[in-house]
Amino acid sequence: MLAKRIIPCLDVRDGKVVKGINFVGIKEVGDPVECAEEYNKQGADEICFLDITATHEGRKTMVDVVRRTAQRVFVPLTVGGGISSVDDFRELLRSGADKVSVNSAAVRNPNLIKEAAEIFGSQCVVVAIDAKKKGDSWTVVVNGGRIDMNIDAIEWAKKAEELGAGEILLTSMDTDGMKTGFDIELLNAVCSVVKIPVIASGGCGTLEHFSEVFKKTEASAALAASLFHYKELTVEQVKEHLRENDIPVRITL
Amino acid sequence: MTVIIDYGAGNLFSIRNALDYLGVENKISRDKKDLIDADRLILPGVGAFPDAMRMLDEADLTQTIREQAKIKPLMGICLGMQMLFDKSYEFGETTGLGLIPGTVELMHPKGNLVIPHIGWNALEINKECPLLSKAEEGQYVYFVHSFGAVTHSDNVGAYCDYGMKVPGLVFSGNVYGCQFHPEKSGDTGLKILRRFASVK
Repeated sequence: MLAKRIIPCLDVRDGKVVKGINFVGIKEVGDPVECAEEYNKQGADEICFLDITATHEGRKTMVDVVRRTAQRVFVPLTVGGGISSVDDFRELLRSGADKVSVNSAAVRNPNLIKEAAEIFGSQCVVVAIDAKKKGDSWTVVVNGGRIDMNIDAIEWAKKAEELGAGEILLTSMDTDGMKTGFDIELLNAVCSVVKIPVIASGGCGTLEHFSEVFKKTEASAALAASLFHYKELTVEQVKEHLRENDIPVRITL
Repeated sequence: MTVIIDYGAGNLFSIRNALDYLGVENKISRDKKDLIDADRLILPGVGAFPDAMRMLDEADLTQTIREQAKIKPLMGICLGMQMLFDKSYEFGETTGLGLIPGTVELMHPKGNLVIPHIGWNALEINKECPLLSKAEEGQYVYFVHSFGAVTHSDNVGAYCDYGMKVPGLVFSGNVYGCQFHPEKSGDTGLKILRRFASVK
């Protein structure tokens, strides 16, 4: 049986790990390669870099961060943030990423998902969806939640799968940074319409939030950033808690 | 010297990173002479079986690999592991390297399980193998595949359970194959690569 995955996420700007709350109020918290190594030691099943750099120079720095991490960390690496073309995919995969996540560029040009899946395989195409509650449903937002695309998030997840996405990274903009738990309702709505793995993101603050998300939803993985950054919890503690709750996890020796 | 065979299909750099990290002297090459001079060979592979065999033929390496596998350790990884078998039914029927008896077929897991099989799954040791120790029982390794080997259990060092018994690590003589990615399987994968680097 597959283990449920715990994925620490590192927000990187100009080669430094940064962390903000609700996508605003950003501060630097360290070196991405060192952070990735530390998470690897703790038993992370995958490491996610989210590049929030705006400049071209910063992008090159990110490629270098991926290359250096891949020399020292031997679990899958996912890189996202600002990916807008097949060439971006190629550059990151060549530098050592195993998966690339696309967000706003895929919303604006859904064909990017199809192209990337055909060239590199679905297994490396992760579609990141930032969703926000709107009436009885959820809408897709981009640019850190600042722009409402007026697209139904559940429909978008379905379409992403049809186009060849290998995984959905689903962030709830309503719970992100709130530490009140993952957005169970949103996760269930998406998991019920797609077969591909869904990664739960946004809102965890306690150990119980992790067991809750795996007991109440079909999510394959849970992603967290600040919780691990600020050492409020370690990946090891989360996995130990999940194991005690009979949720299959990879325990490292 | 361990030679990672470069025939155009595969994540060579991840494998090289892992060998470098372990301090195993290695070289990425498609030069026949390097394959002949090597102490051991690694055959990577990502993509579809027919394309990969065609690329191996075009690089004029198919026969060299068959010959070298008789006299030195060879490890296939992921699609490279599948290529060690007699034939595959991915997109029709394609002849493989024929180094381990068996075929490669689309997996049909029971229950509601999705293909491809992607993620961390636990090794279940089946047979004593130089690349495994008892400590690997129940340890997780990282898989990404839709097709799997169909082979006699005598050729299987470890299975994993995914609604069916999936051969995870296969071997026959000095030919080894990992369906999972040892270079992406944390310490367990590194241990398996380190052992391969010292088998005779």
